[in-house]
Amino acid sequence: MTHSHLVWAGLWRKPARTLFTLFSIAVAFLLFGLLQGVNAWISGLTAGAHADRLIVVSRVSQIEPLPIAHLQKIEQLPGIRRATFVGAFSGVYQSRGNDVLVYATDPQAVFDIYPEWRIAPDQLRAMTTTRTGAIVGEVLMKAYGWKIGDRLPLTSSVVKQDGSSEWDLEIVGTYDVEGSPSQANRVIINYAHFDEARQFEKGRVFAFIVSIDDPVRSAPMSAAIDALFANSSDETQTQNEAEYAQAQLRQIGDIGAMVNAIVGAVLFTLLFLTGNTMMQSVRERIPELAVLKVIGYSDAMVTALILVESALLCLVAALLGLAFAAAVFPVTASLGIGGGVLPSSVIVSGVAIALMLALVSGLPPARRVQRLTIVDALAGR
Amino acid sequence: MSEIVSLKNVTKYYTRGSQRVEVLRDLSLGIQQGEFVAVMGPSGSGKTTLLNLVAGIDTPDEGEIVVAGESISTYSSKELARWRARHVGFVFQFYNLMPLLTAEQNVELPLLLANLCNTQRAAHVRAALQLVGLADRGSHKPTELSGGQQQRVAIARALIADPTLLVCDEPTGDLDRQMAEQILNLLQIVNRDHGKTIVMVTHDPKAAERATRQLHLDKGQLIDAGTRAAA
Repeated sequence: MTHSHLVWAGLWRKPARTLFTLFSIAVAFLLFGLLQGVNAWISGLTAGAHADRLIVVSRVSQIEPLPIAHLQKIEQLPGIRRATFVGAFSGVYQSRGNDVLVYATDPQAVFDIYPEWRIAPDQLRAMTTTRTGAIVGEVLMKAYGWKIGDRLPLTSSVVKQDGSSEWDLEIVGTYDVEGSPSQANRVIINYAHFDEARQFEKGRVFAFIVSIDDPVRSAPMSAAIDALFANSSDETQTQNEAEYAQAQLRQIGDIGAMVNAIVGAVLFTLLFLTGNTMMQSVRERIPELAVLKVIGYSDAMVTALILVESALLCLVAALLGLAFAAAVFPVTASLGIGGGVLPSSVIVSGVAIALMLALVSGLPPARRVQRLTIVDALAGR
Repeated sequence: MSEIVSLKNVTKYYTRGSQRVEVLRDLSLGIQQGEFVAVMGPSGSGKTTLLNLVAGIDTPDEGEIVVAGESISTYSSKELARWRARHVGFVFQFYNLMPLLTAEQNVELPLLLANLCNTQRAAHVRAALQLVGLADRGSHKPTELSGGQQQRVAIARALIADPTLLVCDEPTGDLDRQMAEQILNLLQIVNRDHGKTIVMVTHDPKAAERATRQLHLDKGQLIDAGTRAAA
């Protein structure tokens, strides 16, 4: 026998209580893992943004389409490396909830502008020969079990010439995003096919994506693009990718603060739950702990036993919760708010919080045990 | 025989609410090595307090206590803990075993503080359980043992670290007569054959008869045989 047996025995003195506490902490850390994972994913969105890429949208509203003719003027500006247009819509695969974001664009130009988006050259070439072709991000391919050659029927609010809203596509390729695999979550189709087939808004696009030669000049280049269309009926607002991502996120509020508030509230509640469990557990064992002191255990040793017990309970439960969060996190990609691998920083901070939780919740009962006089404890006082 | 326990002018108070109660008053006592001393007296006479002081789990307000050559009255809590691990084995009235540990593990507990390897500890545990006649019950948990068996496990736990002094607080108080006799026989063996000094608090005159000396406490003071007869 070692002291670990003693800790283990103390922990399982009331198995039901320990299991319920373990379960509560595990669920809290599952929530912590998922929410912090989403938080990290959002931070990654802006962190991975490139300053040498500009997004041009309508000055009136981000959903107001712009004429495709703007592209020609943009391309003529000095300092522009490559530019293309993007029409976007949300497609539903089979049933509601299976929403995918579809980019109607010039695939060759898009993959030039986004060098971190990786695709096999023959698959990219297949887009030029297959008018209804689609290149699908790895995240979606895995989530829906699609493979190259599959038909991809999508329902959309974009009405076609024939009056239907069914877009029948064919998967000809797949791509992933280097360094940020969770962002490979779009379907890319030929703009030519899209524009020809749709009934309304022909010749108009949702945005232009522009790659510039010098990232340091993103601000003057943005201003120059906006100046091209100033006082026209289709004025533009140009931002670099990072500014654009931040503006998008601001529209739905400060997600980081919201997530931290929720996690904070959960952990605060958990503190009382764990603290109460440890207090109860120690209260029931006062005579046993007194016996340990009689045998020769010092106050510090008995205190350490209680703290280790608290740490073990919190750590095991937190690791269970975080492991489950890591297993579930990739699935969040289908909700469009995460996906990929749960960042290790989330796991590390989770473990650190679990240890802090153990310390804070274990300290009051440990202090009580430390101050316990043997005579009073044995007398049941 | 040398004196193993020496109390000189020991006084102990307890504070209960606003009241200060004198439990032991100016008590002096010597116990020789190898003695089996029974401490008797009415409830509230200070028997358990005396035992606690001798065992180093409480400290006197006045006077000096020397046990095994060490003056423990001024020891800090940490020093007392270390001293108890070396010198004292304690047997409680209600056994006070760890309910989730087996008999073997309960007996082994004090050895976790000693610098012994697993094999050495296991050998000591076997020997201690054999001494109390429970070699075959080592894997049983306290709830699977009778009261008498639990008390024997407690005695094995008290003896395992080979303490200088065995201190027993009403060791037969929770047992029927037959079980009590078995425990008293065992304590006599430990005292007679193994030379252990035993200090035992008891209410039971039959148990006290097994001791080599009887002490009587009343109102915090020792009274001699003559005084007791007159009383």
